[in-house]
Amino acid sequence: MYAFKFERPTTVRQAVNLLAKNEEGKLLAGGHSLIPVMKLRLASPSVLIDLSKVEGLSGVEVTPRSVVIGAMTKHKDVANSKELQAVMPGLAAVPGSIGDPHVRQVGTIGGSLANNDPNADYPAATLGLGATIITSKRKIPADAYFKGMFETALEPDEIITKVSFPIAKKAAYQKFKHPASGFALVGVFVSKRGSEIRVAVTGAGANGVFRVPSFEEALKKRFSPKSLEGLTHTAAGLNSDIHASAEYRAHLIGVMARRAVAAANEKGGAED
Amino acid sequence: MSATGIGAAVRRKEDQRFITGKGHYTDDVSRPGQTFAYFVRSPHAHAKLHSIDVKAAAAMPGILAVLTGQDLAGDKIGNLICGWMIHSKDGSPMKMAPHPALAATKVCYVGDPVAVVIAETLAQAKDAAEKIAVDYEVLSAVTDPAKAKSAAQIHDVAPKNTIYEWHLGDSKATDAALAAAKHITRIDLTNNRLVPNAMEPRAALAEYDSGTDSLTLWNTSQNPHVARLVISAFVGMAPEHKLRVIAPDVGGGFGSKIFIYPEEVVCLWAARRVGRPVKWTSDRSEAFLADAHGRDHVTHAEMAFDGDGKITALKVKTIANLGGYMSTFSSSVPTYLYATLLSGQYAIPNIYCEVDAVYTNTVPVDAYRGAGRPEATFVVERLVEVGARELGLDPAELRKRNFIKSFPHQTPVIMAYDAGDYLASLKKAMELADVKGFGRRKRDAARHGKLRGLGYSTYIEACGIAPSQAVGSLGAGVGLWESAEVRVNPTGSVEVLTGCHQHGQGHETTFAQLVSERLGISIDQVSIVHGDTDKVQFGMGTYGSRSGAVGMSAIVKALDKVEAKAKKIAAHVMEAAEGDIEFRDGKFTVAGTDKSMAFGEVALAAYVGHKFPTQEIEPGLKEGAFYDPTNFTFPAGCHICEIEIDQETGETEVVSWTAVDDFGTLINPMIVEGQVHGGIAQGVGQAMIEQTVYDKDGQLLSGSYMDYAMPRAHNFPAFKVDTTETKCPSNPLGIKGCGEAGAIAAPAAVMNAITDALGTEKIEMPATSMAVWRALQTMNRNQVAAE
Ligand SMILES: Cc1cc2nc3c(=O)[nH]c(=O)nc-3n(C[C@H](O)[C@H](O)[C@H](O)COP(=O)(O)OP(=O)(O)OC[C@H]3O[C@@H](n4cnc5c(N)ncnc54)[C@H](O)[C@@H]3O)c2cc1C
Repeated sequence: MYAFKFERPTTVRQAVNLLAKNEEGKLLAGGHSLIPVMKLRLASPSVLIDLSKVEGLSGVEVTPRSVVIGAMTKHKDVANSKELQAVMPGLAAVPGSIGDPHVRQVGTIGGSLANNDPNADYPAATLGLGATIITSKRKIPADAYFKGMFETALEPDEIITKVSFPIAKKAAYQKFKHPASGFALVGVFVSKRGSEIRVAVTGAGANGVFRVPSFEEALKKRFSPKSLEGLTHTAAGLNSDIHASAEYRAHLIGVMARRAVAAANEKGGAED
Repeated sequence: MSATGIGAAVRRKEDQRFITGKGHYTDDVSRPGQTFAYFVRSPHAHAKLHSIDVKAAAAMPGILAVLTGQDLAGDKIGNLICGWMIHSKDGSPMKMAPHPALAATKVCYVGDPVAVVIAETLAQAKDAAEKIAVDYEVLSAVTDPAKAKSAAQIHDVAPKNTIYEWHLGDSKATDAALAAAKHITRIDLTNNRLVPNAMEPRAALAEYDSGTDSLTLWNTSQNPHVARLVISAFVGMAPEHKLRVIAPDVGGGFGSKIFIYPEEVVCLWAARRVGRPVKWTSDRSEAFLADAHGRDHVTHAEMAFDGDGKITALKVKTIANLGGYMSTFSSSVPTYLYATLLSGQYAIPNIYCEVDAVYTNTVPVDAYRGAGRPEATFVVERLVEVGARELGLDPAELRKRNFIKSFPHQTPVIMAYDAGDYLASLKKAMELADVKGFGRRKRDAARHGKLRGLGYSTYIEACGIAPSQAVGSLGAGVGLWESAEVRVNPTGSVEVLTGCHQHGQGHETTFAQLVSERLGISIDQVSIVHGDTDKVQFGMGTYGSRSGAVGMSAIVKALDKVEAKAKKIAAHVMEAAEGDIEFRDGKFTVAGTDKSMAFGEVALAAYVGHKFPTQEIEPGLKEGAFYDPTNFTFPAGCHICEIEIDQETGETEVVSWTAVDDFGTLINPMIVEGQVHGGIAQGVGQAMIEQTVYDKDGQLLSGSYMDYAMPRAHNFPAFKVDTTETKCPSNPLGIKGCGEAGAIAAPAAVMNAITDALGTEKIEMPATSMAVWRALQTMNRNQVAAE
């Protein structure tokens, strides 16, 4: 680790000011993505701006049409939220599949979405539900938020404060875990909200999370795993590494998508 | 049996401190004025080292020294050595290349240390290290052992990168038997390279005392005396009596902490140069590049059968990758720890094995849990299983036909098995595993879209390492006896000083159980002292499941002497003839009377010396012994694994595991079970997920836990573990050893199960989900093509 200064603001405005003042500054949430890279000397922020004492950034709020999660809400608090489990268990399952208990105890949704690791789980749910990222400046629809590997629409002095997920009657996540890291080798989130159907894939794309229009079209006819049978995803543009070739990932996208649809139907009641 | 004696499943005494964070590891030791070492390592797998510019680094704040291989040579610090001489077929000695602790003229693998920075703080050392400029001339690299002979030469002493071309057995007789065979099963296998990953990374802290001109080294060693011997006699750091090595609590070794490494040598040398203590603690990323790896064999093997399914010959050709330099015991692993076990549990009349050991531009390879024996078991057990399939025989039946049934049994590859009952462990395992019900389970699985397979591994290993003359005649540079000293205190409590070293095995409990059994005192009255060359008489350390069979045998010998002397003293105190004294349950009794003394009373009498002639009997009660085994021990058993494959994804789950092992006498069945569990986990890890991947330039792609998969609890079902028992006839306790069995048995059991489920032999370890999926794809394609 390189030396850095440490700041602990108590309001979002203070945090934004600190960010604006320090070009090399970085926000610190759970620190479970940032601290490891700092320890490896791969990141060297001049100032760490700790968000843990900023009021009002934590909590899961369920309204009739949406679930609003504060940026500093820990993975375990989302996973364990009874209110969320009642309206959208498919979303609660996403943080439940992240890392191990230690990671879930400190990692946050805001940190995960700001980091936008191409193998992370929350991006799939966020894009797969068409959520809105609410920041210190504006509201960013998920479709405009993810810009590639570790890239987002966030500006340098912008802070995520909340994420608003529309409640979908049917929603589920299927994750094929990376054998070493436990991140998603391929993770597929599917949702059906009225006529809006979304299929979002994480872990597989060279540019991070993405939607699969051909699968979405097929599911519009009938929201059933059967609709996806025979459909394959192209291997072009997918990641290929020692754990999974692009072909294997492409294949897993199909399998995980079918399983996610089946799970969504199970959780969301009979097909409609 | 005393309540805490032999056979009692008492809880491990040491766990209280380990699980409450009170263990005391090398990194917990801090010395006044301590400084920190940081190593600069080669980013290239193979390169000439033209120059190292340390000027800018040396001028950084807090820097005490920046040292290179040139400085090391200037101070005449000797090279690291490999301590086991192997001769090639043609009689020439192995080609041991110079291995300086800091590379001076060329680097041979990514991670090869080229310089060290000594600073007031670790952060300062790292900052300075970034300012060091190294001028490399990159050369082409080789990582695949099968390609080593035709690659760019790494060391001047080793043309074709060949260290030795060794063989064992009768080539002519084996070829003749193959020629006469009814059936020959042929197989090509890769035994995948593993990164050891002990929970505690390696560490070293060195301190120089200019007043006595002596050095102290705290390090994570499985054998501190051997470390002292090598660092003093070969590296020439200091005479043995001026070097103290202390290996305190050590958090796992699995072999990787046997070896003498560059870092501890450099810390000692630097401590003397800067006149301050120097500490180095490896971080996890560094450990991937700096700790000796395991396995890495490429093998072709052929097994011959007659018309009755009897094995008539086994012929094996192996290429073993020893990495960039020869590590401390690397030469012995693919030779005498490997080919000597190729008879497995079977009466095989003819065996011939050739092993070519090669240098490559990879981390050095040496012993890792099982060391050679897992590789041998994998060859034999895969061949037997494939042979059974080809012959249309039940794999258990084929094994039964070929089991060795009478003992002693001399194999054609040196080993003389002394005792065992292979049928008993196979039968018991088959019952426990409900092999009869497998067909039903397979059909059930098929209904859920899963392929289910069952695999056996009836393994044997040689432990209790080792009879000194025998290993000496095979090239070992040391004897492999063990020592013990039993110190009885005046109040009757006991300290046992052992040359073994515990780093997870539970010696503080099991060794105390032996004392408890013999002296009739509770294990709480006994403490085990180990890991400090200033406290303990010479010892050979712990590896090769030797501590029970060899280390405890030494304690038995010392206890015999303690008992004999105590009897003499008791006789005087109770005014009886020595021959009339009986010792049982901690009490010395005059036979036929009610006169008796407790063990503690005799201990006190020994120390006060009031009641016996001290001219005849020396006061005190403390005895030492050295024990040299007369044979190896031969633990053996049967593991049965069942797996299920998700046909859609290739994801493979171990759904059932049965282990029935014959370890001879069990000192503590609970600890034995724990050792079996850990071994299975490592073996399954090797078979299914642990993959060490180098790219073509010699970069380690699986260099962190983000890419190197370690087995976790969710990878396993609850194990069914049981034992059978035939006593080991060659040591007083009848112990065989249990530390490596699981890791030896497991890979073959897993791969036999996976290939059973798949219906193809064409899959290598690790059988990852992708590998299994690919095998399924290939089979489907072939099927379509055939239709
Ligand atoms: C062992 C391990 C296993 C893991 N396994 C998984 C897994 O299976 N799946 C998975 O998805 N993730 C996994 N993670 C990552 C984990 O979920 C992280 O916690 C998460 O990615 C980052 O959240 P954080 O709160 O720790 O963020 P931090 O590490 O504190 O920050 C991450 C980045 O986001 C920025 N940031 C943080 N908060 C905000 C904000 N409110 N607004 C703007 N920018 C912000 C920071 O400046 C930093 O650049 C794992 C991590 C570890 C260490």
